[in-house]
Amino acid sequence: MAHLNGSSDGNFRVIGTRPIRHDGVEKVTGQALYGADYSMPGMLYGKVLRSPHAHAKIKSIRIDKALKHPGVHAVITGADFPEVKGVMAQVGELVVNTHYLSLNVMARDKVLYDGHPVAAVAATSKHIAEEALELIEVDYELLPPVMTAEEAMKPDAPILLPELRSRFIAHRTDPGSPEGPDRPTNVAAHIQFQRGDLEAGFKSADFIVEREYRTATVHQGYIEPQNALAIYNPDGHITIYCSTQGSFNVRTLTASILGLSEGMIRVVPAEIGGGFGGKTTVYLEPLAVLLSKKSGRPVKLTMTRSEVLRATGPTSGTKIRVKLGATRQGKITAAEVWMAYEAGAFPGSPFAPGAMTTLGPYHIENLKIDSFDVVVNRPKVAAYRAPGSPASAFACETALDEVAEKCGIDPLELRLRNASHEGTPQPAGPPFKKIGYIETVEAIKNSDHYRSELIGKNRGRGVASGFWFNGGLQSSATVNVHTDGTISVVTGSVDIGGTRAAMAMIAAEVLGLNVTDVRPIVTDTDAIGHTDVTGGSRIALATGLAVYDAAHDALRQLKQRAAKLWEKQPEEVQFKNGVFTASGENAAPLTLKELASRLARTGGPVTGRATVNAGAVGAVGNAFATVCVDVEVDPETGKVQILRATIAQDAGRAIHPSYVEGQMQGGLAQGLGWALSEEYVYDERGVLRNTSLLDYRMPTCLDLPPIETIVVEVPNPSHPLGVRGVGEVSIVPPMAAVANAIYRAVGVRMRELPMSPPRLLKELMRKQGTSVEQQAAAAD
Amino acid sequence: MAKKVVVEANINGEPIEFLCEPRQSLLEVLRDVLELTGSKEGCLTGDCGACTVIVNGRPLCSCLMLGVEAQGKTIQTVEGLAAPDRLHVLQQKFLEHASLQCGICTPGFLMSAKALLDRNPKPTEAEIRYALAGNLCRCTGYDKIVRAVADAAQTLASGQQPAGHLGSGPSATEQTERFLQEQEVK
Repeated sequence: MAHLNGSSDGNFRVIGTRPIRHDGVEKVTGQALYGADYSMPGMLYGKVLRSPHAHAKIKSIRIDKALKHPGVHAVITGADFPEVKGVMAQVGELVVNTHYLSLNVMARDKVLYDGHPVAAVAATSKHIAEEALELIEVDYELLPPVMTAEEAMKPDAPILLPELRSRFIAHRTDPGSPEGPDRPTNVAAHIQFQRGDLEAGFKSADFIVEREYRTATVHQGYIEPQNALAIYNPDGHITIYCSTQGSFNVRTLTASILGLSEGMIRVVPAEIGGGFGGKTTVYLEPLAVLLSKKSGRPVKLTMTRSEVLRATGPTSGTKIRVKLGATRQGKITAAEVWMAYEAGAFPGSPFAPGAMTTLGPYHIENLKIDSFDVVVNRPKVAAYRAPGSPASAFACETALDEVAEKCGIDPLELRLRNASHEGTPQPAGPPFKKIGYIETVEAIKNSDHYRSELIGKNRGRGVASGFWFNGGLQSSATVNVHTDGTISVVTGSVDIGGTRAAMAMIAAEVLGLNVTDVRPIVTDTDAIGHTDVTGGSRIALATGLAVYDAAHDALRQLKQRAAKLWEKQPEEVQFKNGVFTASGENAAPLTLKELASRLARTGGPVTGRATVNAGAVGAVGNAFATVCVDVEVDPETGKVQILRATIAQDAGRAIHPSYVEGQMQGGLAQGLGWALSEEYVYDERGVLRNTSLLDYRMPTCLDLPPIETIVVEVPNPSHPLGVRGVGEVSIVPPMAAVANAIYRAVGVRMRELPMSPPRLLKELMRKQGTSVEQQAAAAD
Repeated sequence: MAKKVVVEANINGEPIEFLCEPRQSLLEVLRDVLELTGSKEGCLTGDCGACTVIVNGRPLCSCLMLGVEAQGKTIQTVEGLAAPDRLHVLQQKFLEHASLQCGICTPGFLMSAKALLDRNPKPTEAEIRYALAGNLCRCTGYDKIVRAVADAAQTLASGQQPAGHLGSGPSATEQTERFLQEQEVK
């Protein structure tokens, strides 16, 4: 693949401009069809009965009354599902055990969290389906809930999954023992990275900062609840319409849960109302298929918000310990990080990517990272934007702020003195290729924001950085040349944030077209080659690579056709600025449009095709971001107001800068919610208490300031366009940046997320030597 | 189950009769009965604003209003915002500013923003943020949405571009009055 030899020189005609997205008009007029907008003749509505208990045995389920309810056409329970042997399936950055996935979509003999599905109904209306749920009788035997990693790791903790054994995954230079002890446990896995001599590293330090941190379970918070519409044909062929980040994932996972061949299932990805990693797996799809099979009618299920919060993947709550050794000059001599990630009811937290990204921005010679995957009685986590990295960055980047304070140096300067660059080993071992971390720090250092003076009482400024490795994975693309010289670009990558425009821009760049002459299409699983999830910041990078190659494939064929018309060799044909030329007689220059109108005479239509595995060809580029925030703390209430926020991020190359900025702003905003207000609140029985968006508090328009962006472009040397991927790293630094700003505002170090008013007020009181109760009494 | 009720309302400038169960929300009627799926369901509890429509000139969550309460009301949904040959200036500005990523919250934001500009043609940034605080967006961090609304207001004020279908026609209040007069005549 010639294009991998080096990056372009950056002289682009289309790339870097800001055209209006091709799917925009449908989306501002309400015409775009999202999953829940589809309906079919004779369609039934499905609803799911969910466990009200965090941990219980199912003694019996009686469905006869529900089945007799007028309007009810089918009821399913765990008994309708085949037993699935555990197969590890790659889902985005995560690996999923399909046995556990099957148990998660429908409980069998045990429920493991509040909201775990136990039965589902299909009826002629949603209201009838809801009535029928109340007629299903489930007899539970309650078990003690285990709600945190800390509790779950205790030797005498109640066991969630009796067959679970711990896996030990060591650094590859120290294989360790792959199997843990043969005894029941809630610790599904332990990964460890080590390098250098930790003891010597700490000995050579002038001082040590050792701290403990906690982060709460938070949800991706997409505005569109999960949905699925399935049509089971009598011949066994199945069509599923749904909002998903990965139509091929839905096909693979649904087939494996139902014991079907993938070829029997066609998945049509609808427009998707946000995902952030949460829509890379299945919840409703297998249920819709079974209900459709039983009823003989199309069945649509859509979740309520409460179901989304109770039962779809949030991300892990964590407990993290960080120990940093440093010299007075600000050189980090050693680091030890211990992290426990709550996986929810089944193994599969982002404990490994968390470990792989911890302290990634820094060159630390003596390093040890331990990370644990721990099951607890909460919903099984799903990927959430740079999964695993934000929690570890919150811990490490606030500890680093303390190091900077002790050294008496600027926190950005501390970062520059230890910054990773080309050749620095990543936490997992391999060295970084050319990266732009230092450039993001410099960009913040030189920004108007950082150079401005922050005046006012209870105000403070904080900075923090983040690393995410970004995904590669597989993509396919087709470029169809139409007879009028316009083209369509067909991919399987669901457009979650403007990637259709980026794909069209890449093809337009290669073929010398206007971006409006390109129609980007997202198609279904039968109409395009395998394509992995829209996730891992990989669409502009990997699907973009497939589109780039497919456009070049079309160009190669077009040159052949021009050669045929001119009776010359294809090598003699030149293509520049949208015009085909050749020297000599009988070769009047042809525009792409003119050539396209003559394709029938030269052998028929032209279709360019390409498939890539961007990981396998080494095209993946690493992403870094640095964030600066100003806060004001209300000392009376503990409420934090974000006054100003700026993010600098290395995009490698920004294909459509507006949507690159959008990813940066969106990730930063989610990070600010994670920092200040979002958390799962469970009662002592393990029942989720905040199941609405009023009580699960995401940032609104009023909570946020304008978000300033600095797009840094250090081209990825392994990608023909220099693209790195931009979707995720923006969520990594904000929590620590806010914590560091709060410290500078009011002098307290926050080590637990969210830094909500009650938590911050408690710390402020502690600092003043009073308690909330004393303060209240004084006020009375 | 109570019997279905015949409801008469004016939706996007057109008098419409529909049948609905008393327990159905206006959102459910719009989406499942009238096939106007542009209004989105994000929560059904009035917390996200994705289902925002304008009823008699006021923005509200259609999930919090019953279908039967639409009787005699004038309702504007996102489907009525553009003219056949021209987007509403808000729609145009949302596209120019890249104010949508996934787009699921966009119909609700457009309707809240339209209601704002109808009553306050020159809002400050703070007024825009206040008026849109009932609409949640998880993709954008709101920055580009606020800019689009400010730009739309400025464009409208400068008279450079007409508002679009509903904006350039009779106001919601006028439409409501007309509709009520028609009802009385009947």
